[in-house]
Parts: sequence; structure tokens; C-alpha cells
Amino acid sequence: MAEYERTLSDNLAAGDFKRRNTVLAWLHLDGWLLLLLLSLMAYGLFVLYSASDGSQATLLRQLRNYGIALAALLMASQIRLETYLRWSPVFYLGSLLLLVAVPLFGVGAKGAQRWLDIGLIRFQPSELMKLAMPLMVAWWFSRRGIPPRLLTLLGALVLVLLPSGLIVIQPDLGTSLLVAASGLFVVFMAGVSWWYIGWAVLLFIASFWPAWLFLLKDYQKQRILTLLDPESDKLGAGWNIIQSKTAIGSGGWSGKGWLAGTQSHLDFLPESQTDFIIAVLAEELGLRGVLLLLALYGLIVFRGFWISVTAQSGFARLLAAALTLTFFVYVFVNMGMVAGILPVVGVPLPLVSFGGTSIVTLMLGFGVLMAISTDRKVIAQ
Amino acid sequence: MAYRDAMRDTGREVAIHRGRILVASVAVLAAVATLLYRYYDLQIVSYQQFLTQSERNRVRLEALAPTRGLIYDRKGRLLASNEPSQSLAVVVERAGSLPALFERLDALVGLEDDELERFQERRRRSRPYDAVPLKLRLTDQEVAVIGVHRHTLPGVTIEAQLTRAYPEGNLLAHVVGYVGRINQQEANRIEAEAYRGTYHIGKVGLEKRYEQVLLGQVGNQNIEANAHGRVLRVLDREPPAPGANLDLFLDLELQRVAYEALGEQRGAVVALDPRNGGVLALVSKPGFDGNLFVNGISSARYAALRDSPDTPLLNRTVQGQYPPGSTVKPMLALAGLELGLITPETTVPDPGWYSIPGDSRRYRDWILRIRGTGHAPEVDMRMAIAESCDVYYYDLARLMGIDTLAEGLAPYGFGATTGIDVTSEQPGILPNRDWKRRKLGQPWYPGETLSVGIGQGYMLATPLQLANAAMILANRGVAYRPSVVSRVAGQPVPRDPLRVVEASPEHWSAVVAAMMDVVHHPSGTAAAISRDLPYTIAGKTGTSQVIGIAQDAVYDEEAIDARHRNHGWFMAFAPVDRPKIAIAVLAENGGGSSAAYPVARKVMDAWLAENRDG
Repeated sequence: MAEYERTLSDNLAAGDFKRRNTVLAWLHLDGWLLLLLLSLMAYGLFVLYSASDGSQATLLRQLRNYGIALAALLMASQIRLETYLRWSPVFYLGSLLLLVAVPLFGVGAKGAQRWLDIGLIRFQPSELMKLAMPLMVAWWFSRRGIPPRLLTLLGALVLVLLPSGLIVIQPDLGTSLLVAASGLFVVFMAGVSWWYIGWAVLLFIASFWPAWLFLLKDYQKQRILTLLDPESDKLGAGWNIIQSKTAIGSGGWSGKGWLAGTQSHLDFLPESQTDFIIAVLAEELGLRGVLLLLALYGLIVFRGFWISVTAQSGFARLLAAALTLTFFVYVFVNMGMVAGILPVVGVPLPLVSFGGTSIVTLMLGFGVLMAISTDRKVIAQ
Repeated sequence: MAYRDAMRDTGREVAIHRGRILVASVAVLAAVATLLYRYYDLQIVSYQQFLTQSERNRVRLEALAPTRGLIYDRKGRLLASNEPSQSLAVVVERAGSLPALFERLDALVGLEDDELERFQERRRRSRPYDAVPLKLRLTDQEVAVIGVHRHTLPGVTIEAQLTRAYPEGNLLAHVVGYVGRINQQEANRIEAEAYRGTYHIGKVGLEKRYEQVLLGQVGNQNIEANAHGRVLRVLDREPPAPGANLDLFLDLELQRVAYEALGEQRGAVVALDPRNGGVLALVSKPGFDGNLFVNGISSARYAALRDSPDTPLLNRTVQGQYPPGSTVKPMLALAGLELGLITPETTVPDPGWYSIPGDSRRYRDWILRIRGTGHAPEVDMRMAIAESCDVYYYDLARLMGIDTLAEGLAPYGFGATTGIDVTSEQPGILPNRDWKRRKLGQPWYPGETLSVGIGQGYMLATPLQLANAAMILANRGVAYRPSVVSRVAGQPVPRDPLRVVEASPEHWSAVVAAMMDVVHHPSGTAAAISRDLPYTIAGKTGTSQVIGIAQDAVYDEEAIDARHRNHGWFMAFAPVDRPKIAIAVLAENGGGSSAAYPVARKVMDAWLAENRDG
């Protein structure tokens, strides 16, 4: 009797698992990654509800963003890896052309020209480049062997610097660095020699002084100075950082309670729904809440690494790792800037901050990751 | 195979990749550790500091300004009140373009040039994010208009406050004074804590003298405010204690009678209650409206007041110093009697002029110009007071000598401030040898003694000092410190005699009788006011020269400039047997005492009609 029951439940469980697995496989989805992403979104909605002072409209709009983003993920995961590989150069060149078009036909906001208006929608080509860049560099290396020769490496650097340079002149230094990073991660993963990496780091540090003198604009310098000493400009640029640090610090271990953050609800905290939403979370949910968030991000990153490690081709391995690292860099830069250890650049907290563009771009990236994770099964069949 | 790279050394590629993934994992863990350390540092290590900071953000200690004490006259009529008013203020940091905002406001409620001018002045003294007052005392309609257009007026706020108001502006500015915005000099002097939330301070008059008690105690409240400074709720509250009210001896109606009796005449009226030194009326003309100063007077208006030849800002009652003229004669007579230099029966021959033995210079009596001769062949003390005979006093002054003369007048308060609770009191001058040596570095000449003997020369007195002297004569020697305020917060101000001028009763009676003759004797210099007089008055007229008249020149009223005409004086008390009022009237450039004593009569009539008994 007992044995029969165990067998039955085993069979049921196995059948369940198998059926679910089958559905996921049929949709080309990675179950673990999807579960983590959905958890992160749920957590994000929970925080956004408080950050928006309980605005249902904001919540619904964010839900719509999530819906669109999940649809984008689903679409991206259906495309075969081979197709990505084949179309990478076209995608890259198209994005590059759009970047060139920005200074010619683009529309400006707040003194920077970043947007293209094509009637139906307005978008930033630099967002497209966040995806196109790792695809292109991975394509570049996948054709030329790993570890790369010097010429291949220089070619890759040109591929990285061209769009980054176009974004710098928009001007959008933060996005430019992040786009460059997404390409450089591929270069790193491709096994470039540690000597080169060492020299590159030295060069980067050495170029800081001339960049400060000739390249950086006043407001960019101001942000860096503000980072070093926020007290120097209490009512101006330093205000945001002082208030966000105060919000985070006053949360303590267990937080002031959901919906009970004074910094955020009394409007001391700027951009509390978008770039500075981590401060709301830290203030209301405390270090506990921050740990939970970091755990979710960490698991997503390591799931991404796992997908990269188990990928079947060099292109897929490079792409999966670069996409994952890029995602993590967004997390790090956002949480670092709000906590006052990095200069303030316009980077939202991935999948938590309110806003459609970044969520859709990120989920497209995860769609590609899922395409990679299910690619081997296609081969296995 | 679809993938070209599959042809390559896949094993090596995988090994390199795994190595790099390992490095990347370590880097990610290190980055996460960095973030965790930072958040741990903020949230655990510095928790208390940031919690305090966020509380300080949220909770603001706000001062609750006390309401200023009120000022009432002796019958409880309000002389200084606090009226609710609404003003329009601008937070410059939130206003965007100021010129554009001013243009819109001008179209809506109208802005005067001096309002804009004062706004800029206040703005210079304000801190960032302060609401700087622009237009004060809005009408209800203006408040409504601003309310409707509020969304097009960034940074504009309507603030309610209590504004000091003086219902009887021109009548009382010299007594009550006024408050004004605290200026930089005052800000450095006052205790900042006591004035948190208070923007006004007493500038002159009672408002300044009683600042400490009128101010009250500042209160506090903790409020929760958002980043835009909007108050969300009050957390706790310690209410302010209002300032103490002042009750005055002053009678508003008597003040009005005195004010109107002077008419267009520049001058001063001081009426004291001889029974306690209380000030019944204190009028300086022309007056001005203290309300103008409360929220800052425009420089043009101030310049007009300051530069007016009629000097309305001068408080003639205590700041105006004039030669007292013949009004000093009763006091000198009393001193002479006490010293035994004269008796009531002593007579002096009066040809209409006097000269010091051995000196050919002639000192004229004022009567000479009118009659061409003296008052009478022989003049006694009574006549010398009633008809104001100068020759008699030239002789007495010569007998006394300047130092004795000054000693005789000093007990009546000449040459020193009386200590009244009105600000800016001047001491006048009671000259003697020592004074002249100190001030002018010159010896005293005998002829100068004669001038002082008729209240001229170097001698100067304020109208208050003459009223004070009249009070001492009325009391037969008993002096009180004049005081405008009778009660502070309901507590009576102590009214003890300051000193007593000693003289024998016979001498008092002789002098007082002579002073009565000034009014009641047909030949008295103020006989004109004795018509239909239902009570008795003892007084003394005085006429004092503004410019020196050459020894042989004749004073011709018509020929000289209006501002060089003689000042007219009258000092008196009534009723003589039980004095209830002592008064001094100055008619500045009034020509003579005839410009002064009708005013005194009107004031005494008004006062005694009401205070016939007790």
C-alpha cells in the first residue's frame, strides 16, 4: 500500500516535471532564469508601489512594461542562435547607422541629443547598441579563433570604440562606458592575454588626466567632484547623494517599514521611482531587503554563467557571459552610485526601476540567453 | 556543421572560457562584497547618524512668535494693537524669472515702486528659501485674486500674520512710538533665541522702552515637513507666552484735546498728574503716523519726514530744548526768599531797564517796548511774577550770582533728564561757572547771570522739564518721576515721591499766590484766560528769544522771519488748592505766551470738567 503510494506520487511528480519541462522546452525558456526574473519583477513592483506613493496608475504602467518585456523575451528566445550569428553584423551596422543619424536628425532633451523620433516611437539607438555590441564582438571572435591574435584584437577594439565614440559625443558618457563594457566583456571572455589587460588598465588610468582636461564636460566633472565631497554643494548637485545616503543609512537592518520611509515619502529623495529606487528599498526594508535583492541578482548572474559554461558554441559562450556581465554591471553601477561610491550616471536599477526602455532591452538580452540555453537541446534532438 | 569555429580546438577554447568564467565569478563576488560592505557601512555602522539626519530632515523645530503686548490708555482704550493681516511673499529660489513674475503680479494686484525697492532690500537680508515679503496688508479681494491665479505664480505665498497697528497714528507716535523690522545693528544686539519668529522690534517711544515686557516669550513646535517645506502635521507644541499689556496714565481724549488745541501751531503740550507724576497728555506738533514705520517706510517718505523744516520726527516734549524765559521766575523767587535775599515785601525800582552798578550797559525789560516805561516805580515779588517784571529778576539774579541761581533751579529738575519712560529725553542746560568753563573754556561774565535770571542766555529746558517744575510747584515741593505707564501686566508701577524741595509754607504761599495773579489778577500776563473760569489756576507765562536782540534794537514781530519769532510758554497747575493737573505748553515761534496759554486753558478745562471730584 505504502509502496504503491510512493510509486504513484513518484510517477505523478515525474510526469508533472516532465510536462512542465516540456512546455518550457517547447517555449525555449530556461525555467530557473524565468523564475528568478519573475521573482525580481514581483519584488520590484512591491517596492515601486511604495516609491510611487501607492499610485495604481504607475503600477499598471510598470505591469504593462513587464508584459511587453516578457513578450520581447519570448520572441527573442524563439530565434535560433544560428540566426543571431548570421544577422549580428547587420544588426550592428544598422544600430551604428542609427547612432550616426542621431546628431543629424535626433531630438534633444536636457541639453543632450540621444533620441530618434521615427513617428510611431521615440527611442535611443544607444539602447539597441547595448545588445548589438556583444553580438557583433562575439561574432567577430567566433570567426577568428580563440585566443585571438593581435590583429583580431585590434579589430574588436575598433568595433567597440566606434559606437562608444558616437555615444560619447551625444553626449552620454555613462551609456557610452556601459556599451563599451558590454563589448569589452566579450574581448575579456575571448581569452585576451593578461598582459594586454594589464596595459589597457594602465592606459585607462593614465588617460584620466587628459580626459579631465579636454574631454569631460563641466557637469560631468561636477558629478565626480560631488561624489568625492557631496557636502561641498549641499543644495545643488550634492543634494541627491546626501539624501539617498541618508535614506539608505536610516533604514538600518530592518528598515522603517514598507510605505513608511520618510525620506522617500516626504520627497527628500530625488528620482525615487527610477534611478534612486534602491534607496527607497533600503530605507523601508533595511539591509535585509538589500541582501534579498542582491541574492536575486547574484542568482541570475550565476545562472547566466551556468548557461555560458554549458553553451555548445564559442559564439554562444562569449555572448552569454557578456550579456550576464553587462547585466551585473548595471546592478553594480546603480547600487554604487546611489550609495555614493560611483558618480551619478543615468543607469536604472535593472528590472526594478520604473521605465519601459531599459526593461525591454534587458529582457531581450535574457531572451537571447534563453535561446542559448535551449540551443543545446535543439542540437541534442 | 553550421558553425565554422567547431573546426577549431574546442577543448582549448572551453578551458580558456572556464578560466575566464572563474575570474568573472570572482570579480562579481568581489563587486557584490564591495556593495554589501558599503550598504553595511551606511545601514549598520552609521545607522544612528543617518537616522538622526533623516529625522532632522523630516522634523523641523519652528518658532512660535508671541503676540506683542497691547497698550491701553487710562480708560482702557486701545492705543497699540495687533491686527491680522495677509501679505504676499515670494520664495525667490522657486519663482523662476522675477521680472516676469512681477509683471504678472502687477497686472493682478498692482505693485508700487517702493514695494519693489523694499523687496530688494529685504531680499538682501534674507536666507535662501525664505519667503521674502513683497506686498503687505493685502485686501480680501487681492487675496482672492492671488488664490485664483496661484498656479501661474510660482514661488508666491500668502502669509498671515499679526501686524502692529496704531489706531491713533498721528496723535500718539511721539509717546507710544512704533515698531519696525529688526535691522542689522539691532540683530547684533538682541538675543537671537528670544526673537526667533519675531521680525519687529520697538524703535522709539514706549515700544522701545518697554520692549522687554511687550515682546513676550517665544514658543516652539515640532512640525513634520516635506522637502518642499510644506507642513504636514504638528508633532508637539509649546505655546508662546504673549507679551505684557501696558496701561497708561495718559488719557486719549485729553491727548486729542491738547493736539487739536495747538491746531497748526508747532509746539508741545505736557500735562502731568501732580498726585503721582503720571503723564496725562504728551503732544508734540507736528506729529506723524507711526503706522508708516511698521513694515518699513519708503526712503522717499522717510526723507520727506526727516527733511521737513517742521521736523515732525522731533519729539519736542522731551527732545526740544528751548530757553524757558520768564517761566523760571517763580522758582527763582522762592530760592531768593529761602536764601533771605528778598522778602515778599522787598521792592525794586523799575524804570524799564536795569544796569549792574559800575557798568553802563542797559538790560531791557520787555515792557519798555510796549509802555516806554517800567511796570511801576517800585515792583515787589508778587507784581514781578504776575506781570513778569524783568528788572526785578535782573536784580535778584545779580544778588544770587550764577552758581547760587543754578543751585536754586536744580531741584526743579532743570539741567537733568527727568527719567520719564519716553525715549530720547534731553537734559537741557542749567549753566553755571563750571559748566561754561568745561563747555566753552571761558570765564563767566556777570551780565550773563542776568540773562539766566529771566530764563535766557545759555539756559535751555524741555517742555517736559517745565511741566515737571509746574508739578513740583503744585505739590509745594513734592517731586515724582514723570511716567507714561501706570501698570505693566496689571501690576502698578511704583509711584513714590522722588524728592521734596524744601521751603517754608509762607514762602510757598507767597509764590503760589503770585502765580495765581498771573491768571486771576486783571494785570496778570495770562489774565485773558480767566474769563468764565470755574476753578483756580496758578501759572506763569514766558516768552523766549530765538535770536539775540542787540542791546538797543527793538524786537519787531512783523519784521523778522517766522522761524525767528519768539517762543511762547505757559506753565500752570490747577485747581490751586488741590492740584489735579500740572501743565506746560510751548508755542514754537508762536510770538509770545498768548499763543500758549489758551491751549493750556482748553486742556485744563477738559481734564477738570471730568475730574472735578476726588
